[in-house]
Amino acid sequence: MILMKDIYKTYANGVTALNGISVDIKQGEFVYIVGPSGAGKSTFIKLMYREVKPTQGTIIINEIDMSEIKERKVPYLRRDIGVIFQDFKLLPKLSVYENIAFALEVIEESPRNIRKRVMDVLEIVGLKNKARFIPDELSGGEQQRVSIARAIVNHPKIVIADEPTGNLDPDTSWGIMKTFEEINARGTTIIMATHSKEIVNTIKKRVIAIEDGLIVRDQNRGEYGYEI
Amino acid sequence: MNTAMKFRTLTRHLREGCKNIIRNGWMTIASVGAVTTTLILVAAFLALVLNLNQMANNIENDVEIKVLIDQTADEEQITDLGDNIKALSGIDTVQFSSKDDELVGLIESMGEEGEAWQLYEQDNPLSHAYAVKAQNPADTERIAKDILGMDNVQDVNYGRDYVEGLFQFNDYARTIGLAIIIGLVFTAIFLISNTIKITIMARSREIGIQKLVGATNGFIRWPFFIEGMLLGILGSLIPIGAILGGYYYLVNNLGVLDNYSFVTLLPYNPFAWQLSLIILAIGVLIGIWGSVMSVRKFLKV
Repeated sequence: MILMKDIYKTYANGVTALNGISVDIKQGEFVYIVGPSGAGKSTFIKLMYREVKPTQGTIIINEIDMSEIKERKVPYLRRDIGVIFQDFKLLPKLSVYENIAFALEVIEESPRNIRKRVMDVLEIVGLKNKARFIPDELSGGEQQRVSIARAIVNHPKIVIADEPTGNLDPDTSWGIMKTFEEINARGTTIIMATHSKEIVNTIKKRVIAIEDGLIVRDQNRGEYGYEI
Repeated sequence: MNTAMKFRTLTRHLREGCKNIIRNGWMTIASVGAVTTTLILVAAFLALVLNLNQMANNIENDVEIKVLIDQTADEEQITDLGDNIKALSGIDTVQFSSKDDELVGLIESMGEEGEAWQLYEQDNPLSHAYAVKAQNPADTERIAKDILGMDNVQDVNYGRDYVEGLFQFNDYARTIGLAIIIGLVFTAIFLISNTIKITIMARSREIGIQKLVGATNGFIRWPFFIEGMLLGILGSLIPIGAILGGYYYLVNNLGVLDNYSFVTLLPYNPFAWQLSLIILAIGVLIGIWGSVMSVRKFLKV
């Protein structure tokens, strides 16, 4: 499903984020990415939906070689990947409902299905009563839940989350984790960068620890922590 | 887009384009203002140049050569002369005018002062004449010279310097008018695309987000296309109103100049409507052009 081989990434400003990373994530896996801030977690995640291109190395996602994909095919690839961004990336002038519906409009879903599915995910993230609000009227945690709703609304094969529980209170966090487990149980691959020791140690999954641009640990049913 | 767009997606883009007009508030007003200002200028210049052109044509078509016939020529010689003139190339009409017709024409053209000439009705000092028109007014000079060389021609009269100067002036006026209009249209496009660019720069982040959520360039571009079109339409409303109202006023108040037969404005109907349509088309074109051009650079995410 996701195959990376000897990935190096150096940004234009000379900062090296990844220093030779290889990883193989199978369909239906649930993977935590842990590591200190600035270790390369975000770069690692951005490679998967091609917000960032590697300086060197091969990435294959859904059997598509990302180095060979044509620019105009990229949107279609992204439709199979639901991303929960660290900074949410909500469209500021659209309502909660419209933000989530946007992911379905781009795949030309019928208005009826759009309505039904948006209402369904709003129910899941508990924002049904705020459908008409615009992002600025929501708290950080609520915006994060909108971002989550948008990422899962079109049933993508992969859900990538960059600290999805970072702004949430414990109750909501566990609610979101429950949702992730449910969609994971239906066969969706989940990749989640997190700093939450509690979550990683409670809901035991595969843990990939990144430090200084290298994978320092890759362990099934691992514990939180990135010290070697 | 590599697949045909579904109809409901088109309606989605239409809805989204309309909403953007409202969402952008002041920037919409700024863009519409830029379109309006420039279109009014373009409309005024177009009306001026097209009317000048029309007047120039009127004057050109009024240019005729008056061939004064020798007093000594008999009827047969006069007819021969007429045939000879008709045989020249590029002749449109040859109209005989007897000396009595000439006198009547002279008296009429001078109004009240012309009454003095009535004394000459018994003993007319004028000559018979031919009024000659060239098919192409620019040939007037050549034809006049040819006729002057013919027998029984006393003189040829066509306002030599005046006509040459006029043709040259008309050519200049047309060229300069066209240049100014083209310049104005490009200024308008530049102004508008810049204004729209500002609104889009504010939205570059949104465009980036849309791309990350899986929108194709076409999907993102469509609402901008619709929005540009709407900006153009909105921006041309006031100029069209100004054309329809202003031209109506002009046509009705320049009637005073009826004495000068060449100063006739193009008729309100259809000219004002045609001009409005042209302005609407220019407005829509620059709106779309400005909008789509300025979104282009933000699509590379």
